Amino acid sequence: MKRQMTGAQMVVQALIDQGVKNIFGYPGGAVLPIYDEIIQQEKVRHVLVRHEQGAGHAAEGYARSTGKVGVALVTSGPGATNLVTALTDALMDSIPIVGITGQVPTHLIGNDAFQECDTVGITRPCTKHNWLVKDVDDLARVLHEAFYVASHGRPGPVVVDIPKDVQFATGTYVPPGHIEHPTYHPRVDGDPRAIAAAVELIASAKRPVFYTGGGVVNSGRRASALLREFVRMTGYPITSTLMGLGAYPASDPQWLGMLGMHGTFEANNVMHDCDVMVTIGARFDDRITGRVNAFSPGSRKIHIDIDPSSINKNIHVDIPIIGDVTHVLQAMIAAWKVRKPRVDKRALKAWWDEIDRWRRRDCLAYKPNADVIMPQYAIERLYAATRDKDVYITTEVGQHQMWAAQFFKFEEPNRWMTSGGLGTMGYGLPASIGVQVAHPKSLVIDIAGDASVLMTMQEMSTAVQHDLPIKIFILNNQYMGMVRQWQELLHGNRLSHSYMESLPDFVKLADAYGCVGIRATKPGELDDAIAEMIRVKRPVIFDCRVAALANCFPMIPSGKAHNEMLLGDAVKPETLGKAIGKEGKVLV
Amino acid sequence: MTKAVKAKSGSGVRKPRAPAVPPASAYFIEEVHDRTESHTLSVIVDNEPGVLARVIGLFSGRGYNIDSLTVSETEHAKHLSRITIVTTGTQMVLAQIKNQLGRMVPVHTVTDLTADGRPLERELALVKVAGHGESRVEALRLADAFRAVVIDATVNHFVFEVTGRTSKIEQFVAVMAPLGLVEVCRTGIAAIARGTKAV
Repeated sequence: MKRQMTGAQMVVQALIDQGVKNIFGYPGGAVLPIYDEIIQQEKVRHVLVRHEQGAGHAAEGYARSTGKVGVALVTSGPGATNLVTALTDALMDSIPIVGITGQVPTHLIGNDAFQECDTVGITRPCTKHNWLVKDVDDLARVLHEAFYVASHGRPGPVVVDIPKDVQFATGTYVPPGHIEHPTYHPRVDGDPRAIAAAVELIASAKRPVFYTGGGVVNSGRRASALLREFVRMTGYPITSTLMGLGAYPASDPQWLGMLGMHGTFEANNVMHDCDVMVTIGARFDDRITGRVNAFSPGSRKIHIDIDPSSINKNIHVDIPIIGDVTHVLQAMIAAWKVRKPRVDKRALKAWWDEIDRWRRRDCLAYKPNADVIMPQYAIERLYAATRDKDVYITTEVGQHQMWAAQFFKFEEPNRWMTSGGLGTMGYGLPASIGVQVAHPKSLVIDIAGDASVLMTMQEMSTAVQHDLPIKIFILNNQYMGMVRQWQELLHGNRLSHSYMESLPDFVKLADAYGCVGIRATKPGELDDAIAEMIRVKRPVIFDCRVAALANCFPMIPSGKAHNEMLLGDAVKPETLGKAIGKEGKVLV
Repeated sequence: MTKAVKAKSGSGVRKPRAPAVPPASAYFIEEVHDRTESHTLSVIVDNEPGVLARVIGLFSGRGYNIDSLTVSETEHAKHLSRITIVTTGTQMVLAQIKNQLGRMVPVHTVTDLTADGRPLERELALVKVAGHGESRVEALRLADAFRAVVIDATVNHFVFEVTGRTSKIEQFVAVMAPLGLVEVCRTGIAAIARGTKAV
């Protein structure tokens, strides 16, 4: 049904028609007409943030935990530039978000008007696509197209820039309907011949591994179910990237833990020694591969990805399959059932025996301490206290993030929200707000570091205003822990500006924000304090004082191969300085 | 103190350029030398604002080379433009470029003309030459040999229009250099595949 309405009304109508229930934003001069419509309706809830970056990350958390598109609404100029970090983060991690930005009136564009910036120019490299809408009659179509582009193919962020006069102008609204996009048609079904060849190769493997990533989560819940089915059918081991955690249950015996720079000994050794690698929705990032020319030298590689540009970007693969993970796995399982292959049981047994030897190395072991809370211990206790609950975890970036990935066990997809590609400190707190908005009854915890959390701390005010009982669990070691660890390994332990001088008193800060502050300094008080945090039905800042100089192991140092890991209990002070080899210091 | 890094001789690892004073922290940048080739791509795009910036931004953002780039609307009714890009890279980079272009929303098709055969490639140049006496006569004589056309002249100068492959244009400019070459304007390469088919 076509209707006449103003541009501002079209924005709200398009959100309603796209099924959007919640948006995150911050008003300003160039979006006032849209905000004037928002307050006059109740179908779309607006969550006011304290900084536009927070709106972007909240939209990401919302999207990542629901599988829907997240929406951020900000004003022109600084509103748009503040959104850029979140857009880039969403691009790197393939998170579907629609950014709606106000713009100065069309006749002022290019005039250096107040709060003007070239939003489409600035956001061009950090979005999948963006639009500047100069004619109100294009607005509805562009908004629907924006949702389509954000959520189809490899998901990602898009921006629609709307000048203020277009928001005031009256035009014709068109409902979404079925979009037949003129050019953007991502391929979802894999090539049947490639799938047949892949099944053949998988069946013939003697030392196989499934290496999965965030693409499985992005493909939807069905993809995780199919992955579980296929992995169990084969009996092969499986590991995952940081972004893919939860797609396969961590309690399953075939699960090896995360791989990569801070992955497990068993996962990385399996990657190095395998003969067939089945890569699903992962992209051979440098944090995964280590030294590229020593990456899994003896394997033949299958790569399933919806984005053709991910194929052969870093690592040459033998069988590329371009398509959506759900579709391709469905076809693979069907082909496997038809072919009924007999896997080499003896070889597989020998492979699992080898894996068990690696597992017995117990690479995540750390030295317990009766006086000081070890950060690993803190995560273990947090996991123990919440494992039976309906819990969602977000993180900031750094050591705490890696410890969370290592020690928190995820059984389901969409439960783990972290900034993997861009590595955005300050992501976790606003992301947890987005998750809590999407899941008001669930327990949402941001596992944070003392340095990261201060980058977006102002969003506590958002949580208090909107009654969002997020828990900010800060592993407070009074350092930028990962920076300090690298300085110790690479820079002769010269701790240049990685010590957080004059941190705030987080408990008093919680008080100042009107939420609850809890502190734990001794291992003995940790469990009670965590129980208290969960019991409180308000936002909490939990100041968990942990060992200051703990390092995150295992670690594949820069420029080393998967089978050259540093293990925590084997690292002596004198080996630390020599950890990075002569060839290796190129990678950062 | 951290020791300076020494590259093994004859190990196949390229020796890093050693700074005069070794840095306190030892990083070095490895230089990679894989064989590169030059390819001509035809990219059909929606002629909408910013589309050229998207394509150029992709090349600069990801560190790809642009040796030549031409663009013009070729189908007015459908608002389609044709971008011809000559780029240099390794096989892996060239494949990346095609895939990265292909996934852009306003891009209709990406065709590697070089991979599909020997494309017809032409460039147009406007060449201004000023001079007197014998060199002026010589310039005109050479222009005739290159089938360049005089499109403007006074008693002191010529402007030649010359069309051809890049190598011909290069050569023409080179022979004009000692004869009073003033300036050159070139269009960049327009390319089309041989045979009956369209891209």
